[in-house]
Amino acid sequence: MPKRVLLGLLLACGLTASALAQEPKTGGVINAVIQPEPPGLMLALVQNGPTQMVSGNIFEGLLRYSPKLDPQPELAESWSVSEDAKTYSFKLRKGVTWHDGKPFTAADVLFSIEMLKQTHARARTNLAQVDKVEAPDDYTVVFTLKQPFGPFLGIFEVGSMPMVPKHLYEGTDWKTNPYNNAPVGTGPFMFKEWQKGSFIRLVKNPNYYERGKPYLDEIYWQIIPDAAARSVAYETGKVDVLPGGSVENFDVPRLSKLKDTCVTGAGWEFFSPLAWLWLNNRQGPLADKRVRQAIMYAIDRDFAKDVIWNGLGKVATGPSASTIKYYTDDVRKYPYDPAKAKALLKEAGYKGEKIRLLPLAYGETWQRWGEAVKQNLQDVGMTIETIATDVAGGNQKIGDWDYDIAFTYLYQYGDPALGVGRNYISSNIAKGQVFNNVEGYSNPEIDKLFAEGATATPDSKRKEIYDKAQKILVEDVPVAWMLELQFPTIMRCKVKNLITTGIGVNDGFKDAWLDK
Amino acid sequence: MLSFVAQRVAKGVIVLLAIVVLNFFLIRLAPGDPAVVMAGEAGASDQVFVKQLREKFGLDKPLPEQLFIYVKGVVSLDLGFSFRQQAPVAKLIGERLPATLLLTLTAFAISLALGILFGTFAARFAGTFLDTGITIFALIFYAMPIFWVALMGILLFSVTFDWLPSFGYETVGANLTGLAHAVDVAKHLIMPAMTLGLFFMATYTRMTRASMLEVKRLDFVKTARAKGLSDAVIQRRHVLRNALLPVVTLAGVHSGTLIGGAVITETVFAWPGIGRLMYDALLQRDYNLLLGVFVICSAMVLIFNLITDLVYRLVDPRIEYAS
Repeated sequence: MPKRVLLGLLLACGLTASALAQEPKTGGVINAVIQPEPPGLMLALVQNGPTQMVSGNIFEGLLRYSPKLDPQPELAESWSVSEDAKTYSFKLRKGVTWHDGKPFTAADVLFSIEMLKQTHARARTNLAQVDKVEAPDDYTVVFTLKQPFGPFLGIFEVGSMPMVPKHLYEGTDWKTNPYNNAPVGTGPFMFKEWQKGSFIRLVKNPNYYERGKPYLDEIYWQIIPDAAARSVAYETGKVDVLPGGSVENFDVPRLSKLKDTCVTGAGWEFFSPLAWLWLNNRQGPLADKRVRQAIMYAIDRDFAKDVIWNGLGKVATGPSASTIKYYTDDVRKYPYDPAKAKALLKEAGYKGEKIRLLPLAYGETWQRWGEAVKQNLQDVGMTIETIATDVAGGNQKIGDWDYDIAFTYLYQYGDPALGVGRNYISSNIAKGQVFNNVEGYSNPEIDKLFAEGATATPDSKRKEIYDKAQKILVEDVPVAWMLELQFPTIMRCKVKNLITTGIGVNDGFKDAWLDK
Repeated sequence: MLSFVAQRVAKGVIVLLAIVVLNFFLIRLAPGDPAVVMAGEAGASDQVFVKQLREKFGLDKPLPEQLFIYVKGVVSLDLGFSFRQQAPVAKLIGERLPATLLLTLTAFAISLALGILFGTFAARFAGTFLDTGITIFALIFYAMPIFWVALMGILLFSVTFDWLPSFGYETVGANLTGLAHAVDVAKHLIMPAMTLGLFFMATYTRMTRASMLEVKRLDFVKTARAKGLSDAVIQRRHVLRNALLPVVTLAGVHSGTLIGGAVITETVFAWPGIGRLMYDALLQRDYNLLLGVFVICSAMVLIFNLITDLVYRLVDPRIEYAS
């Protein structure tokens, strides 16, 4: 089965390449699935996955990123960096208008930054190194940093820093602004209608600044809460696109075999979702490094990839996904080796103390993965008790450090300074919060390396620092890295150029067209 | 009768307020913090952000103060603001309520009509193959979980035969109006309403059958026969009418259960009703939205029960309204 999926992926890649060579056709409607229904579409106020998937068509950022994460122009047409790497100057594209016809200028950029600092936690963290932002003229924005910040050019994609219309938001209560329900952006598609619980309808922006684009007339985002019903909707031809994560993994091979169906794992390079097990380093047997290493040896991660994830994804080698900058695989390796795991447990003096395992309540795939890991750990003599919770309950337990092992997956945002360090530095140990350093790992050397890595120049120096950090972390096993996840997008082969950047379907459908 | 209704409404309001207070505390007993859920969804969880969210939604205030603010709102018909969806709760529920009412009332009508019809036939032909056949048919739908019947229905009528749409309330993008729109909605309604209705039909069938067999043995039926009335008239006027009282009682009780069944049905068929809204609000610990849905559902159950009491009088004129 995995081979077949791989073949599908290769085919999809081939098709994408041939699609690029074809002349795009104008017109047509795409029906795509959105799951779950987004709570809102104002990307500056709501930043969850479904919101970005829909609103990535309405709003835009200053830059886009290629699958290799190189910055590309979007609302900024060019940029330059000073010699001391502290001043970044962006030239904005001229002739861009908001969906209501007002021009997009540097004043909007300045306003957006001030608003996002208050409403967008990730943008606030990303902008922490910014000393000032100025607009010398209507089409130039200059960022001056307090000190060099390596990943700075990587923080401008639409989800991380969406541009907001100043003329509609300035001086209003952002929370209750009526445009939250009918968002106005500069993107290739305009908001038209949202029937709660049913669908969201976007229509072509006829005044889009890239001549001829978008090619599609409309996009319908269909809201179908049940995973099996989403599969049926695709099978019966009611939807054309199932973005990554729309259906259960065990349905992927079946749907991939349907006539005129293409599958691709591309479009997640920027997020690079990495799955791991939180290991509570503070207490019990897991406080011993040898027990944590034993867990790495005990778990058959190839089985998880091939069987539970149907061959999609890649076994993780450490804290960085192989798709982000400064990744190295020159680290200690943990192949599936139950004998070695047993020896390490014995050496650590583990005597069968009960270990609580929290699976992730994200559906069947995760449930099965929890069962597989439990079995692997029991096979080497560990006593595992599964604690069933829903997502909110699980988060509370993890945030309160009331667990031993817990599943999670997190985005890496292209650079270790943006999405990796946050999980291992000791200043991020704070009770009551999830997704930071909840494992309680504290190593002054790692703190120092991540602090230096963020501000070091040139790139080679950063690489050297992150190589060292990865080596130390993989040796210490603060968490047990499992898989670099791949969320396959399933679509009709007539849909061309859907995924062209490192954030894939989250980046809007401006290049997509239908080969009718 | 008016004073009876007024009394019941007054009692209903007290019950509703008690439900609000009870649910307010019950929801907060469940582990999970709405601010953390939202921070997680935003891919960020720094302390400042979580603190900001708590302040924004008043979750940092002491519990009694939160309760006071909420109850004060409910009394003035303000169900509050949804944390997660950033919109007034009443608006969110208002958008979804018509779909749920259409689904549940249709399912209710199907279950009662078919249940009474089948129950009558089963009683009339008790002990025959027809009786056994009806009983088996009813029990099949009662024994199977709703989600399973729903999925099998989709497989058969959507995937295999392509007769009925598998999801949604209407054909998206068709922009139909008038009669064409009504027909389109009806087509979408058939499977969810039948799925939900057939489950409850079984109980009405069994109840009608049992009740009719019991009434049949009573003296006044013998008298009717002795008077020379036709069998059809005896069954309809004398047996069925008297046998319906327990069925009506059960129907009143089911009004609440129907909403529960609607959660599953709405999920499988992507029916945009409040059942699904309630389920999502629960998972996301959207306290105000969840409480709002509870208030509306409780009010609906109270109204259904009031209607049941009024229907008693229609079915059996001997019953008088106690004042």
